[in-house]
This record gives sequence, structure tokens and C-alpha cells, in this order.
Amino acid sequence: MHAEEKFTYETWPAAPEKSTLEAKNKFLGFWFFLGGETVLFASLFATYLALKDKVPNTNMPLAKDLFELPLTFVATMLLLTSSLTSVYAMYHMKNFAFSKMMVWLGITALLGAGFLGLEVYEFSHYVHEGHKFTSSAFGSAFYTLVGFHGGHVAFGLLWCITLMLRNAKRGLNLYNAPKFYVFSLYWHFIDVVWVFIFTVVYLMGMVG
Amino acid sequence: MSTYAQKKGFGATLWDFLTTVDHKKIAILYLIAGGLFFLVGGLEAVFIRIQLAVPNNDFVSAGLFNEIITMHGTTMIFLAAMPLIFAFMNAVMPLQIGARDVAFPFVNAVSFWLFFFGGVFLNLSWFLGGAPDAGWTSYASLAIASKGHGVDFYILGLQISGFGTLMGGINFLVTIINMRAPGMTYMRMPLFTWSTFVTSALILFAFPPLTVGLVLMMFDRMFGAHFFEAAMGGNTIIWEHLFWIFGHPEVYILILPAFGIFSEIFSMFSRKRLFGYSSMVFATVLIGFLGFMVWAHHMFTTGLGPVANAIFAVATMAIGVPTGIKIFNWLFTMWGGSVKFTTPMHYAFAFIPTFVAGGVTGVMLAAAAADYQYHDTYFVVAHFHYVIVGGVVFALLAGTHLYWPKMFGTMLNETLGKITFWTFFIGFHMTFFIQHFLGLWGMPRRVFTYLPGQGFETANAVSSFGAAFMSVGVIVMLINIIVTSVKNVKVGNDPWGDGRTLEWAIPSPPPFYNFKQLPLVRGLDAYWIEKMEGKKGMTPAEPLGDIHMPNSSFLPFIMSLGLFIAAFGAMYHVDKVSWALPVMILGLLITFGAMFTRSVKDDHGFHIHKEELMDDDDKGVKA
Repeated sequence: MHAEEKFTYETWPAAPEKSTLEAKNKFLGFWFFLGGETVLFASLFATYLALKDKVPNTNMPLAKDLFELPLTFVATMLLLTSSLTSVYAMYHMKNFAFSKMMVWLGITALLGAGFLGLEVYEFSHYVHEGHKFTSSAFGSAFYTLVGFHGGHVAFGLLWCITLMLRNAKRGLNLYNAPKFYVFSLYWHFIDVVWVFIFTVVYLMGMVG
Repeated sequence: MSTYAQKKGFGATLWDFLTTVDHKKIAILYLIAGGLFFLVGGLEAVFIRIQLAVPNNDFVSAGLFNEIITMHGTTMIFLAAMPLIFAFMNAVMPLQIGARDVAFPFVNAVSFWLFFFGGVFLNLSWFLGGAPDAGWTSYASLAIASKGHGVDFYILGLQISGFGTLMGGINFLVTIINMRAPGMTYMRMPLFTWSTFVTSALILFAFPPLTVGLVLMMFDRMFGAHFFEAAMGGNTIIWEHLFWIFGHPEVYILILPAFGIFSEIFSMFSRKRLFGYSSMVFATVLIGFLGFMVWAHHMFTTGLGPVANAIFAVATMAIGVPTGIKIFNWLFTMWGGSVKFTTPMHYAFAFIPTFVAGGVTGVMLAAAAADYQYHDTYFVVAHFHYVIVGGVVFALLAGTHLYWPKMFGTMLNETLGKITFWTFFIGFHMTFFIQHFLGLWGMPRRVFTYLPGQGFETANAVSSFGAAFMSVGVIVMLINIIVTSVKNVKVGNDPWGDGRTLEWAIPSPPPFYNFKQLPLVRGLDAYWIEKMEGKKGMTPAEPLGDIHMPNSSFLPFIMSLGLFIAAFGAMYHVDKVSWALPVMILGLLITFGAMFTRSVKDDHGFHIHKEELMDDDDKGVKA
């Protein structure tokens, strides 16, 4: 099958994300990349756990003084929902429904942007309470772990928007279908990482 | 597009190499760049031995000595050994599995240029205010306190080249899984391909911790974070863990491909199938797995406690088992074989006792209680040079002779090759054997001098004398390369006459599409099987058809250059110079701009048509 071939609903393959060799390579290579990313985040989590609540003096806020459930719960819901909407987008991709896919990708991007907005607000709130990147090892570790995740979300947003704009006028083919699919894999991955951040950083942080 | 036979001007050749995505040309780039860094690292080693040749020497100052040992280690590991291994992986692995290129040719070029710019960045430190001086391990308490920009060069240079290595690992994994020729099952893959596979998996899981460690140290040194500063709640041991969780797999990343090269050599020049092929594969995988379980044996004296030390000591000793399996398999491969003593076989032969010696000291060091005595002495220096030089460098020199005809189409001179071998081999043992005793007598590593009357004079003089021998060996090899390149006597498909695997079934150097028709693989040592049945080449597995090839691109160079520029900005940002931040942003814009361009510009590659391939037959290129 040729990458630039034009398709109809009937001729569209069942697994368009891996029906050419290039696509198969991309698919597998990206899974490996996510494997590496897992180790990257595991290292950051380990660092965070080692430095949690390690502050130079007793006046500085600790995890249990800082984190509040409502804000992070809303952020979590936004990101989890965006993972679901990206599944819908991929469902329509597999059914060759380009415009529906674009709508769901757009919603995914909006939810992601909402999440990022909340994170920026949250960070500025903590800074006002004296929990800064440079104020303690705890601060450095917190902003590095959560910030790395936020950076991944921001990169994913740019990626999603670039893909949508680039392909807005030409519909689906076997060249861009794997690109959309790989993006959705990435988006799920940062969602999974967030589930761990929510648990390890926020929930365990609030317990003490 | 059949341009490989044409003469080209210098400018065109340069442009060709700057934009190439062909794994064989990228291999040559890795070989040249890695070779140059090997010479730089070797020069640093010579300076170390000159300084230590006599007591109370003032050839270099104490501070400069620290910079030289740091750069010697860092350069040799990251900028010489790894790229040279990548050179052979790129040159040989796709040919061995019968592929036309790696899975991501573009990413392959990005990998090389990232490594190259990272390496250049690191070495520019010599001219821009001093090199890193906290040792190649760059322990945080030392590195954070280091004045000037030396350690910053280390952090940013390794970060950039590390990205390249990581991408290379993913690339090779996908290539081996997805692009094997028909009939090339996993258990028919040559051992070098197997070791590339396991090594790539190690790279994938070992480099991210280094990335994180370097990021944390970058934040501490350049952006005001406190990960490693105890006064602010930080913990300096975090660096040690992250570094060695990377660093121990790293030594297996180096040695497994060396095992692979030697397996090929033993089998080729004993003219015998490799003994215990499946146990070799098993041992390779097992070493790769255990490699992740032993990092804390570098930290026995850190104070993790007796339980942790005991567990890591036992796990470390366990690695001796699969390694022993390999040693015996190599011996049994030679046993009863019709052994031909070519230059590569000399290295392979010398490798066994040398590496066993390094392994034995390894088990000695693994005994945690005894390690308190050996720690940070020359005993450790002797141990890791026995495994890294006796294993990795021997393999790289052997591989250079073995694969030179496949990469460049001409043989290196065998007589000069053997002179290189003997001078290097004798010089190596003279330099490092005595260092075991220096260590046991109490000479600490990383000291810039010692006093007369401490009992270290003779041993150090012998050691330095040996280094001169090794240098002569390397110089003879350079002469060999120049002489044979000038003569340029062309060779055929199988210049050693004993080729067993697919790479020897195609021309040297191979055409840019490698295989005109993908070969049908009928067993282990695919080409040998065909030869034994009296056939000239491989049976094709497909009819002659159009071949899809990737386009060349300048973007990999630009992408990597962007990070190189950004690194200068990040580094001088600390000095509060006005141009630093704009330069950093500019560099990142270049990199992300190139990524964006790559993303939005369609690149479908091109097709070589059947008719052109048939024309090639007339020019004498046989697939």
C-alpha cells in the first residue's frame, strides 16, 4: 500500500496506524520511546520521594500545608477526560471519519489547555505561599517532576495543533494516520503519568 | 540515482556526508568522529602517564591533572568507545539482517549529529576557560563546588550527545524487530546483531536516568535548584544512584557489542559454527538483565548498609556465570576448528586471557568487605582498564580490521595490523598489569603525583613505559590506514574468504540500497550455508522490483546545531551576560523550527526503478 494513496470508507484498512512498513516502524519505535520516558519519570519520582518535605527551615510549607484536593481534582478530571476524547478521535480515524476525528482532537486540545492553565495557576499560588523552585530541595524536586509533566503536556498541545493544521485540508491517508495515532499514544502516556503524580505527589502529600 | 560509482568534488562529498541518511555513510561518520575523539582521549592518557612517570613531577599542575583525567574518562567512554561501537552497528547490523537501511534513517542522522555536537561542545571547554575537573563520574558534592564552567560543559555536552545515543538505541531495536529479511528468525540472527539488540535495549532504559541526573545537576548549577545541597534539604547521594543506574548498564552497553564482534571473529576464523549459539544468546540477554541489578556495587563505601551491600555483591558475582558461559563457548568454537591467525583473530585470542583477568578482579571487587580496601585505588583503575581496553578497545581494533574492507572496499595491511596488535598488546599489559599491585600497595587513584620513597617509583615508570608502546601501536595503525587508503586495492564481496553472514554476500562497499533483492535466509550463518552448497550468492526472496529509499536531509545537522547554540546560552546565563538568554532562545528556536519543518513537510522518499537496477548489473554490481 502506498502512503499517498487516496482512500474511501470501504478501502480504508482496519489498522491504518500500522499498514505500511514506515507506519509499523513508527508505531513500535514510539512504544520504545515511551518505555524510555517511563524510566525518565521513574527517576524523577524517585528523586521527588527522596526529597519530599526536605526544607532548610521549619517555617517553610510542607506538602500537607500546600496541596488542596479541589484544584488538583478538577485538573485530573480535565486530563482524564482528554484521554477519553482522544480515544474517540482515534475511533473516528479508524472509521475514516476525518471531520469527526478533528472535532474530538480539538476537544482534546482544549481540555489539555485547560489543564495547563490550572497548573500555571497552581504553581503561582504555591510561589506566593513561599514554595519556590529555588527555596528548598523539596521545591526543586516538586517543580521538576510536575513541571516535566507539564512540559510534556505543552509539547503535546503544540504537536496536536500542528498535526490538525497541517492536515486540515487533505483528510486522512496512510502517511498521516500513524502520526495521529502516535500522538494519541503520547497523550495517553502523559495521562498515565499524571495518575501517578496525582497519587504519589498530591494524595500521599495531603496525608502527610 | 545510481551515483555511487561517480567521482565527486570535495564540496559535493562534504555536502553528501552532511545530509546523508544512509546507514553506511553514517557509520563512516561515526568511525571518523569516534576515531578522532579516541586520539584526543589517548593523548590525555599519555599526559597522565608522563605526569606520573616520576615522583614529584610538575609536567602538569594538580588542577590541570584533574581536568585531564576527567576528560580522558569522559571522552573515552562517551565520545570514543560508544561512537565507534555505533559505527560498527550502523555499518554491519542492517547488512547482517538483510535490511536496506535502519528503521528511521533520518533519526539515525540526527543521532550522529547530536553526538558530534555534544562531543565538540564538551571538548571546547579546553579553549573556553577550562575543562570539567570532577572526574568522569562527576559526583555532585565535587561537581557543585567546581569553579568556572568546566562541569557545565560536561553536563550540557553529555546531555546533547546522550539524546543522540538514546535515539540510536530505539532505532536499532525497531530495525531488528521489523526489518529482518525473509527467513531471518531471531534465532538465526548473527551474534553481533543479537548483541546490538540487547545493547540497544540497555541504552533505552539506562540513558533516561543519566538524562535526569544531568538535568538535576544543570538545575543546581545554572538555575538555582538545590537537589544536591544538604543545607537546603538536598541529598548528594541521589546523583550517585542516578549516575550508576545509568553507569553500570553503560559498561555492558560497551562490552556486549565487543562480545558480538569477537563471536563473529571466532566463528569466521575457526571456520566453524559458533559453539553453543543459543546459550550465547541466552548469556547476552542475561548479562543485559543483570546489568541493571548491580549499580550499587560502585557505592559500597557510600554507607548503604550491610544488607544492601550484600545483595549487590551477590548479584554482581552472579554476572560471572553468563560471562563464563561465553568464555567457554569461544574456547570450544576454536577447539577443533581450522584456525586462521588473521589480525582480528589475534585480538580475539588475546582478548580471552585479558578479559578473564579483568573479570577475576571484578569478582574480587564485588566482595563488598574487601572492596573497602580496594576502593579508589589503582586496583580499580587496573580492573576497569582490563575489561574496557582488554575487552572493548581490543574488539574495536579487531572490528576495524575485520570490517574495514566492507566499509571502504579495501583491506588493511595484515603485517602492519599484526605489528599494531603486538605493540598494543604488550604495551597494554605493561601499563595496566602493574597497576593492580600499585593499588594493593596503597596508591590512590586520581592523585596528580606521589612522593619518592613511597615504593611507587618503579611500578609507575613501567606503567608509563607501557603507554608509549600502546601509542606506537595506534600510530602504526594510522599509518596502515593511510597507506592502504592511498593504494586503495579494491576487494570483492568476501575479502576474508571466510564470511558466514549476509554482509559478506554483497559488494564491498555495498550499493546504497544494500540488497537488490532481499535474500532468503535458510539458517544460521546464511551465506556460509549457500557457499557450502556451491552457490555463489544468496537466493533472492523476492522478484526484482522498485526499491523505496529515503531522501537526504540537512535538517538533522540544523536540529543538532540548535541545541549546541542553546547550550552556550544556558551556560553563560549563569554569568548574567546580556546575550546569554537570547542565544539560548535562538538555539532552541532553531531546533524546534527544524523539528516543525520535519513534521509539516512531507517526505515520501524516492523509488529506484527496476530498470536502473538492471543497468547496475551491466556495471558489474552484483547483489
